[in-house]
Amino acid sequence: MEDQVLYLTLAGLFGLFMAWGIGANDVANAMATSIGSKAITIRQALLVAAVFEFSGAVLAGGEVTSTIRRGIIDSSYVVGDPELLIFGMLAALLAAGVWLLVASRKGWPVSTTHSIIGAIVGFGVVALGTESISWGQVTTIVASWVASPLTAGIIAYGIYNSIHWLILVREDPLERARRYAPLYVFVTVTLIALITIFKGLTHVGLTLTTLESYTIAIGCGLIVALGGRWFVMRIHVDEKADREFHFATVEKVFAVLMVITACSMAFAHGSNDVANAIGPVAAVISIARSGLVEQASPIPIWVLMLGGFGIVLGLGTFGRHVIATVGDRITALTPTRGFSAELAAAFTIVFASGTGMPVSTTHTLVGAVLGVGMARGITAINLGVVGRIFISWVITIPAGAVLSILFFYLLRFFFGSAG
Amino acid sequence: MTGYISKIFGDSPVGPMQDHMDTCYSCAKELITFFEHVVSGDWDQVESSRSRIVELEHAADEFKRQVRSQLPKSLLMPVPREDLMELMQVQDEIANRARDVSGLVLGRRMELPAPIQQEFLSFVSRNVDAAKKARKSIRELDELYESGFRGAEAELVESLVHEMDKIEDDTDVMQVEIRAKLFLIEDTLPPVNVMFLYRIIELTGDIADVADRIGRRIQVLLSH
Repeated sequence: MEDQVLYLTLAGLFGLFMAWGIGANDVANAMATSIGSKAITIRQALLVAAVFEFSGAVLAGGEVTSTIRRGIIDSSYVVGDPELLIFGMLAALLAAGVWLLVASRKGWPVSTTHSIIGAIVGFGVVALGTESISWGQVTTIVASWVASPLTAGIIAYGIYNSIHWLILVREDPLERARRYAPLYVFVTVTLIALITIFKGLTHVGLTLTTLESYTIAIGCGLIVALGGRWFVMRIHVDEKADREFHFATVEKVFAVLMVITACSMAFAHGSNDVANAIGPVAAVISIARSGLVEQASPIPIWVLMLGGFGIVLGLGTFGRHVIATVGDRITALTPTRGFSAELAAAFTIVFASGTGMPVSTTHTLVGAVLGVGMARGITAINLGVVGRIFISWVITIPAGAVLSILFFYLLRFFFGSAG
Repeated sequence: MTGYISKIFGDSPVGPMQDHMDTCYSCAKELITFFEHVVSGDWDQVESSRSRIVELEHAADEFKRQVRSQLPKSLLMPVPREDLMELMQVQDEIANRARDVSGLVLGRRMELPAPIQQEFLSFVSRNVDAAKKARKSIRELDELYESGFRGAEAELVESLVHEMDKIEDDTDVMQVEIRAKLFLIEDTLPPVNVMFLYRIIELTGDIADVADRIGRRIQVLLSH
């Protein structure tokens, strides 16, 4: 395969382009609830996003990358002509990246996940025929798009109600918030650590026994919970903003917790969405290197790092501006609500990533916010906008598909040796 | 380029509703100054007090429009949109009563007969007290949203509503007494003036009734 270097370069560039797009736009949505509730500043948000998106991508992104790389197209159909798959994956990357750029310029709610899946299925059907698609897998993925917002919504409903009954309706909400906050931190950190250890770490080459895994996860949970407790105890009662029940101070307690959920959310987003950008890159690399369509080669860790780097680059160039805009708009979401929504979304996404399901971060978060709304936690949710966001995933799939078919023919025209 | 997550949050109606109530209360409160000037017979001051009331009433209408415009039908809210609208409608009546009473008095250059002057002034200020309590409960709205209209905060607001009930009872008693005094002297006054005096007493007493109805509407919110 004489064009190996060319393909590798193109894959790297397109992958970086898409990861950049995700960093510039999508991260803002993932982090919006934290910034909107004034839990963290924009500078802190950028730092948290950079560190945790990157580690999410590297530590927990492997499964989803595998799904996108080889779960959707049955590669036995391209054994004879591996270049087809290379063009296809490059086209899919370019299509998703361009679509992401256009849509975010226009302010349309798009999902990176939906556009990349649409793009891969699109070129697969046109270039390789309908039978080349693993429809069972595609159906499971589409089902997960319905299941993930629903699950996040139910979890958010539960978390918010627990805060409501344990803290908000009591005579002494502030003391109760101080008492329960470390518990929430412990559960959050332990669960996310557990899912990551069980589902993600094998890709890094680390294998732990069950006992070791639990010990590490619980250890992480305890350490962060103790740290959280220290911060929470240091919060002073704001006499001016508070009235009878110190709700303003209760919200400050949860603002501390939101820093932790912001990290979880960035981690979750990194684990799922970076994989979207990097899956096709990984596919191109394994074919270009060996010249064969092989199924089982491991994903080189530097590819995941490339994705993480792209996201941080996007954050650095445009993310700041987008995050600032988003943060200004969400003032309705107080830390207790934001905490419930973000935590539920992060759990759902990290779990989905662990099982290799590419879900949409935005849709999952919207589902979680709706869950809090159903629990009567938010003064006003604009259902019209929610409807438009959910409709967008239907539109994004054909858009991604059409673009990728177009790019596929263009790439084959310019680079294809077989013509 | 803005994140669309932020667009799913509608604007909270709480702030404008509180502003609206504050304005309606200021409107009612101005009635105290208004009637003090009426008693002292300083009609220039009465006139400027009346124009302040009209200004405040217009400002209240503006807040009302704002709340309406930001509560489209497609909102998911903890309490029904209709109940919020009705609450605001009742709030608005406080400003309307103040406008009607002051308009009537200024238009007819009405004078309060000396025997009922003091009683009437304290009657006005007791009615304004009721409006003040109503404002206090509306100021708890954001805390009510915070606690999901349940629990200790809801009980606090419930107790405010009971205090409003008591003030309203007070004003009822005062109204009966003023009417009785007016009845004793009504033969000495021009009959048309007497008719309008009864009307003024009634309209002023409405302020406490309206405040009480605000309490009822808040209880409706708490019952959800």
